[in-house]
Amino acid sequence: MKITTERASETIELGKKIGASLKENDVVALFGELGSGKTTFSQGIAKGLLIKDYVISPTFILINEYKGRIPLYHIDLYRLEKIDDIKDLGIEEYFYKNGVCLIEWAERLGPLLPKNAKIIEFEIIEENKRMINIKEPVANL
Amino acid sequence: MLILAIETSCDETSAAVVKDGVEVLSNPIATQTEFHQKYGGIVPEIAARKHVELISPIIQEALDKANITFKDIDAVAVTYGPGLIGSLIVGVCAAKAIAWTQKIPLIGVNHLEGHIYANLLISNFQFPISNLFPFLCLLVSGGHTMIVHVKGHGNYETLGRTRDDAAGEAFDKVARVLGLGYPGGPLIDKLAKEGNPNSIPFKHPMIEGEYAYDFSFSGIKTAVVNHVKSLQSTVNSVQKKNIAASFQKVVVETLVEKLIKAAKDKNVQTVSIAGGVSANSELREYAQKRADEEKLKAMIPPFEYCTDNAAMIGGAAYYKFKRKDFSPLSLKPLASLRL
Repeated sequence: MKITTERASETIELGKKIGASLKENDVVALFGELGSGKTTFSQGIAKGLLIKDYVISPTFILINEYKGRIPLYHIDLYRLEKIDDIKDLGIEEYFYKNGVCLIEWAERLGPLLPKNAKIIEFEIIEENKRMINIKEPVANL
Repeated sequence: MLILAIETSCDETSAAVVKDGVEVLSNPIATQTEFHQKYGGIVPEIAARKHVELISPIIQEALDKANITFKDIDAVAVTYGPGLIGSLIVGVCAAKAIAWTQKIPLIGVNHLEGHIYANLLISNFQFPISNLFPFLCLLVSGGHTMIVHVKGHGNYETLGRTRDDAAGEAFDKVARVLGLGYPGGPLIDKLAKEGNPNSIPFKHPMIEGEYAYDFSFSGIKTAVVNHVKSLQSTVNSVQKKNIAASFQKVVVETLVEKLIKAAKDKNVQTVSIAGGVSANSELREYAQKRADEEKLKAMIPPFEYCTDNAAMIGGAAYYKFKRKDFSPLSLKPLASLRL
């Protein structure tokens, strides 16, 4: 399902809808280039999970944890280009930690990407316009 | 009173001996930048392993340079968050071992608090401590961007913070888009000196109203990506310089103008900068210039106390020691510790 958003607030609103449908041990994998809206969308997911805190980019610290109706593990693999570095991070533990695992730069995961991951792709169309492609298996949309 | 301080929150291994919270007797720092450079940023597993290798020699070096031994220390201080968990654990374990074997108090220090106290170390000391408070601190680093109202020792109010990317992160990402390498801050700073800061009209991120002290640097990062894409061919060196200069100008102006606005709104007479990005030459110059224009005092720490270092942790720990704010030996490192 392809959705075009015209501004950041629409991307957040879409994330919020998806966030509201998420349950324990769901993995959401975000694909797309720098500035394509992944962190903005993540802020929406957090709203859908009833997280009150600001969701900021985890690029520097790699994993941020938030408390909501279920925990959110917000992971960013931007800086980790080698699969071994990702394995060292122990990322797989987070897939089964009874929370939602939200992964930016999921293209870096390669074969580590879990089968149940909900894949969402982001593309810059114009300055503020984004194409968001929600692939199966995402239910309730 | 002598405090041995340890800092291992990210990719610098540092130990320091600080006397009475102001006088730095030693502050050796082992940077791991070369080990992380090829990854374009810090790799947590590598950082933790390097800390393990470096921690004992660095502590010994700090003692030797201060010309003292473990027996002369009154307390041991350590950063227990925020930071990379594997890195924090190394410093915290070392500090606990020293506290236990030497039977001296352990003082856990918040890394962000340490950055603020970099302003109080003697080599930068411009005002008597009694007249220092309150002041505002613009704390900018790779992982943080915030304006803190420092009302007294250990008494902080966060007025604003970033809603998406930290300023330092925006520098790193833009450096990567321009193919400059890592760490991005110093590279952009250098390049910007040769560029025209008015050549590309990047927009200042505007947040108004109740959250006027909050920051957002995701938009300008995206604007740089879009600008680079809009160029017909690959970016040449003149274009790189102009992009770096134009980007840096907008970031620096945004940071400093919010700090100045907060100072005026809160009627605070002193402003300061801290954190790794406060080593940026344009930020330092612009903060000083704007503070002078607004008749505010400006505290700008020397370079060696801007980036991560243990001396600032020892500085903050002294005032915790005076308040008898000690930590138990069960002190746990916390990756997402707040101020």
